[in-house]
Amino acid sequence: MTNGWVDIKNADVILAMGGNPAENHPVGFKWFMEAKRGRNAKLCVVDPRFTRTAAVADVYAPIRAGTDIAFLLGLIRHTIENKRYHEDYVKIHTNAPYVIGEKFDFNDGLFAGFDEGKGEYDKTLWGYEAGAKGGAYKVDPTLEDPRCVFQLLRKHVARYTPEVVEQVCGTPKDKFLKVADVVTSTGNAERVGTITYALGWTQHSTGVQMIRAAAMLQLLLGNVGRPGGGVNAFRGHSNIQGATDTAGTFEILPGYLKTPTGPLTNLKEYYESAIPTTLNKQTWPSMNYWVNYPKFMVSLLKAQYGNAATKDNDFGYQWLPKVDGNYSWMYIFDDMYRGKVMRAGAEEPGPEALITFGMNPVGLGPNSKKMVAALSKQKWMVVVENVETETAIFWKAPKEYEGPEPSQIPTEVFLLPAADFAEKDGTFTNSARWLQWKWKALDPPGRAKADQEILARIFLAVRDLYQKEGGALPEQLTNVSWSYTNPAEPDLAEVLKEMSGKALADVHDPADKAKVVKAAGQQLDGFGQLMDDGTTLCGNWLHSGVYTEAGNNAQRRSNADPTGLGMFHNWAFSWPANRRIMYNRASADANGKPWDPKRPGIYWNGQKWVGDVPDMKPDAPPGTYGAFIMLPEGVGRLFSSGLNDGPFPEHYEAVEAPIANPLHPNVTSNPAFKKFTSDKDVYGTKEEFPIVCTTYRLTEHFHYWTKHQVGGRLNELQPGFFIEIPEALAKEKGIENGSQVRVISKRGQIQGMAMVTKRLYPLKVDGKELWQIGFPIHWGFASEPGHTGPLANLLTPSAGDPNTWTPEYKAFLVKLEKA
Amino acid sequence: MQRRTFLKATAVGGGVALGFNVSRAEAEMRELKIARTTETRSICPYCAVSCGVIIHTLGDKSKNVKAAVVHVEGDPDHPISRGSLCPKGATLKDDITHKSRLVSPKVRRPGSDRWEDISWDDAIAQIARHIKDTRDRTFVAKNAKGQVVNRTPGIAMIGGCTDTNEFNFLQWKVVTALGVPYRDTQARV
Amino acid sequence: MAAHNLEIRRSSASLWGGATGMRQLPVVSKFIDTTTCIGCKACEVACQEWNDLGPVSTRQTGTYQTMPELDPEFWNLIRFNEQEFDGGVVWLMRKDQCMHCEDPGCLAACPAPGAIVQYENGIVDVNPEACIGCGFCATGCPFDVPKFHAKTGKMAKCTLCVDRVESGLEPACIKACPTGCLQFGTKDDMVAMGHARVEQLKANGFANAVLYDPPGVGGTGVVTVLGHGDHLEWYGLPRDPRVPLGVRFWKSVLRPLGVVAIFGAVVGAIGHFMYQGPKEPPQTGGEPTGGEPPRTPRP
Repeated sequence: MTNGWVDIKNADVILAMGGNPAENHPVGFKWFMEAKRGRNAKLCVVDPRFTRTAAVADVYAPIRAGTDIAFLLGLIRHTIENKRYHEDYVKIHTNAPYVIGEKFDFNDGLFAGFDEGKGEYDKTLWGYEAGAKGGAYKVDPTLEDPRCVFQLLRKHVARYTPEVVEQVCGTPKDKFLKVADVVTSTGNAERVGTITYALGWTQHSTGVQMIRAAAMLQLLLGNVGRPGGGVNAFRGHSNIQGATDTAGTFEILPGYLKTPTGPLTNLKEYYESAIPTTLNKQTWPSMNYWVNYPKFMVSLLKAQYGNAATKDNDFGYQWLPKVDGNYSWMYIFDDMYRGKVMRAGAEEPGPEALITFGMNPVGLGPNSKKMVAALSKQKWMVVVENVETETAIFWKAPKEYEGPEPSQIPTEVFLLPAADFAEKDGTFTNSARWLQWKWKALDPPGRAKADQEILARIFLAVRDLYQKEGGALPEQLTNVSWSYTNPAEPDLAEVLKEMSGKALADVHDPADKAKVVKAAGQQLDGFGQLMDDGTTLCGNWLHSGVYTEAGNNAQRRSNADPTGLGMFHNWAFSWPANRRIMYNRASADANGKPWDPKRPGIYWNGQKWVGDVPDMKPDAPPGTYGAFIMLPEGVGRLFSSGLNDGPFPEHYEAVEAPIANPLHPNVTSNPAFKKFTSDKDVYGTKEEFPIVCTTYRLTEHFHYWTKHQVGGRLNELQPGFFIEIPEALAKEKGIENGSQVRVISKRGQIQGMAMVTKRLYPLKVDGKELWQIGFPIHWGFASEPGHTGPLANLLTPSAGDPNTWTPEYKAFLVKLEKA
Repeated sequence: MQRRTFLKATAVGGGVALGFNVSRAEAEMRELKIARTTETRSICPYCAVSCGVIIHTLGDKSKNVKAAVVHVEGDPDHPISRGSLCPKGATLKDDITHKSRLVSPKVRRPGSDRWEDISWDDAIAQIARHIKDTRDRTFVAKNAKGQVVNRTPGIAMIGGCTDTNEFNFLQWKVVTALGVPYRDTQARV
Repeated sequence: MAAHNLEIRRSSASLWGGATGMRQLPVVSKFIDTTTCIGCKACEVACQEWNDLGPVSTRQTGTYQTMPELDPEFWNLIRFNEQEFDGGVVWLMRKDQCMHCEDPGCLAACPAPGAIVQYENGIVDVNPEACIGCGFCATGCPFDVPKFHAKTGKMAKCTLCVDRVESGLEPACIKACPTGCLQFGTKDDMVAMGHARVEQLKANGFANAVLYDPPGVGGTGVVTVLGHGDHLEWYGLPRDPRVPLGVRFWKSVLRPLGVVAIFGAVVGAIGHFMYQGPKEPPQTGGEPTGGEPPRTPRP
């Protein structure tokens, strides 16, 4: 989230799209209702299903699953053509005036630079036009240059008329216009609106561009950075934000530093590749905060390699594993299944072993049969869990998963019992970036252990083996700094200190070298004190400041709210730097005055920025730097060369497309996504599978966990699997509410109880009637007896977004029949 | 001991001899059940709203008593949740106490159709040996272009979404120490 | 759920009404705003968890509603209903539970002395010590709330978490409610809040919004904001609930006669009354903890 949960109460308009917050984030949804009750805010819900969020909305518009970009570009067109954008904001805080180079183009569904063979774009063709002076870029403050971002955007979205939105999305024109009228009412200083989303956007082959379209709309309306505004991703798990921040994924190091690749053979090359060049040098220059990258990186290497990391050895950079290509979810299991993969021009082995802490890939991954088949080829697995998951017992999956007989599965599986959340302390980071400490309430049951102890014991045992026996590059392990008081059971407060950062030598004031800011051994105040010479250590620069000499700030519990805006600066710690609203410089105008004095984010008081923790150099007067300090332009991007599938969003059909793309039938689906090619990866056609299917969660269950609760009350609230079917479709097929039906995709079939409902509207798409059905995830073959059910992912395809490689769970093709 | 039985015994033991005044004990049981609990501040493990919860345990944490959860309720001080919870949060007691919780390490040997018990020490030792063997067998010091890559493609590691930040950091350290390139989390899917 | 510190205003099958105290407490009420209810069911399970009920065995039958009706182990049920409206659909969710009527039909119908009581603060409660499980209360209830529990042989229903309320806490369902569609306070405050919300809804296109607080039962201890007040049937609410005439008749004429006979039979049947002796208060127990214990109702 750019903003926070409580901040939603400050909104005049809320667009909930690509998510179902009432059902999936009910307590956060409190602040939607607070906005409705307190300031008569309007809630617009756009969703394929009439959800429990829609039930309390002011405006509901149905939409065909997977067509959100068309809807959002329709909103952008409405904003521009009706001059409802916040012009002053757009001119100073976005790249609308920037002129784009001549090489950029868009024709018949393809942007310039597409390489048909590779299925990739050459993004260098999407650059800014160089200006007259060296290093500067051409801008047109009047926004009239036909090649400025504003005019290019206007041209790009001109096709998305309300009629085209209706044709593509199936949303009746009057409903679209109602949403458009309400949402664009915030394109001014007086009003502000927020957009909230979740996996309903990310889990598409066009997911990132959906989110980008929303961000662009918010920039045009001037809603980014303001209290009550922003683009707010509602993350689905208690510490999924923290898992991302702390580099759970292959492509990043902690704090979103980049994982080094093979060609980057030393730190210098790595920095050159990772640090963007400051672009904007002529209007308000960008702070381009990433110039501090080496401080973050070296401090991280000091945390990993301790004294072994020295200036002479590039602080241990050589020991970091380098990647060549993609190692994300679908590739992990594809490479496992195939057993080998091409990397940097040669064959390398795929994984022969899997270690999973609190993860259930058989339940979670697309195409369950492929998941079971892949695990069946592993030599060994370690599953650390609270309960016996589908992954732990993949070797006894029911026959519809088509796994080998147990006797044919060579995998040795260790199932280790782990502590529950209540049985360990430590911090979770919520969707609003708050790191909150939780205290341990009781011991784990039986012989279960806290995860950190399990991990530490495994690590120490492996390190011992390498110390005794040697092996492949032992230094990669033996040089690791593991200096906790009890190495086998690291105290999480000590780990948090390591993440937050400390001085290894005296840190001096850059302005006054004689002055010691932090003495050696002291905890740092924040990432502003990090050094690139090895004199500071910090496990995650974004978390820097969470544990200072003042103590563990994640434990702070003051709920004082002097601004009344719901910021709570003395409750826990919010990264970065305890800032509660990201990009808050944009909450003020060119002179540093808040757009809305009743809802200031930060403002310039003549000497410094005050209000929220400023997303800006605190003493830099208005006009010194652009508001978006992490971007080399210093302004918000309405046009971006950063994504793999286009500088603007464009409507593409899902990988399994129910119709040819009405806008460009020759380019139906996202041209940059990649299909998988194993024998398990099969994709259906609209002729064979005419119905659009989507998957989702229910309020009453959590993922694949809560079904395990023997004697638990959640199995009472939602006892079993069901399939939601529109009334008219049910009638056509002779399906009664409560009867058994089968849903079949190219990958498999599942059976369940029909829930016949008015809440799934029949849609008219591209002139034809089109049906959508859906079913919840949550069930599987490992459950409390009586509460088993099919894994939703038996039907989902291995196909995903070309930027995040997140699978397309939200729109795929099926057929439906009576069981 | 079942919590209900425990409470009843406590109440009865509190003054009235067992057997003489059951109705008194029954009524005592209906007194505010969190009146004498230990309260621990925690954070709900489900979605990323991160509601504050108070875990009420019986047992005052004295050495001779194992704490047992009697109730979980919202933390009214928490600025986001303000004491409220969704149905999942409201049933967290079930999540902590239910009988399907794993309580001891197990192993399924190759080709087997059942679990066997294993001690922690044996499990850790065998896992460590597997890791070393796989790492040594599949380690790629240089890629085909001769660039130093120092990676272990033979192992994949995926981490969850209810692990603490501190665990996640430790996990990053270990993954990096082993050279594991294949790693992912719930965030992807 | 016998409460220690709450004085009784009325008690079932009591000739003189069964009032026990002099103190006058403000009448409390739940507030339900169906227009901000998201049917999350936190209230359902918060109730169960607090009161150590359930789980009840349920099965999916093609609806989001947990079960068809209230249950002796399930005192708080969200009723889901989808209706076509204005070219689209509405999906209504209403929290159903004991309405804690000002004039409780259950209490009027109950033949067992002290088995149903109304405390000074308006909470209507079943005292399991005195309940004989005859089910008459259910016939007196215009909302079909009290349910017979086969295991205990008693009637069961929402107590408005009287144990929490007497300790200064809000009921479990109210506290849990994520959206704030549930509130708790004095009846006066809840009615005022309800009217204000109804006005806001009317200004936002809900021309038929109403506050449901039916006068036929003297008003209820649960006031409910409805967006579609012209369609009470969509919410499963009776238009003009009243205590059935037969129950009124029983209460005013027959009960004082009948009670003596029935109660006599019951005392003989229930063992622990013997231990306890006729003078012990049947609906409470333990040592008084500061407040005045309710006194024995005298049939």
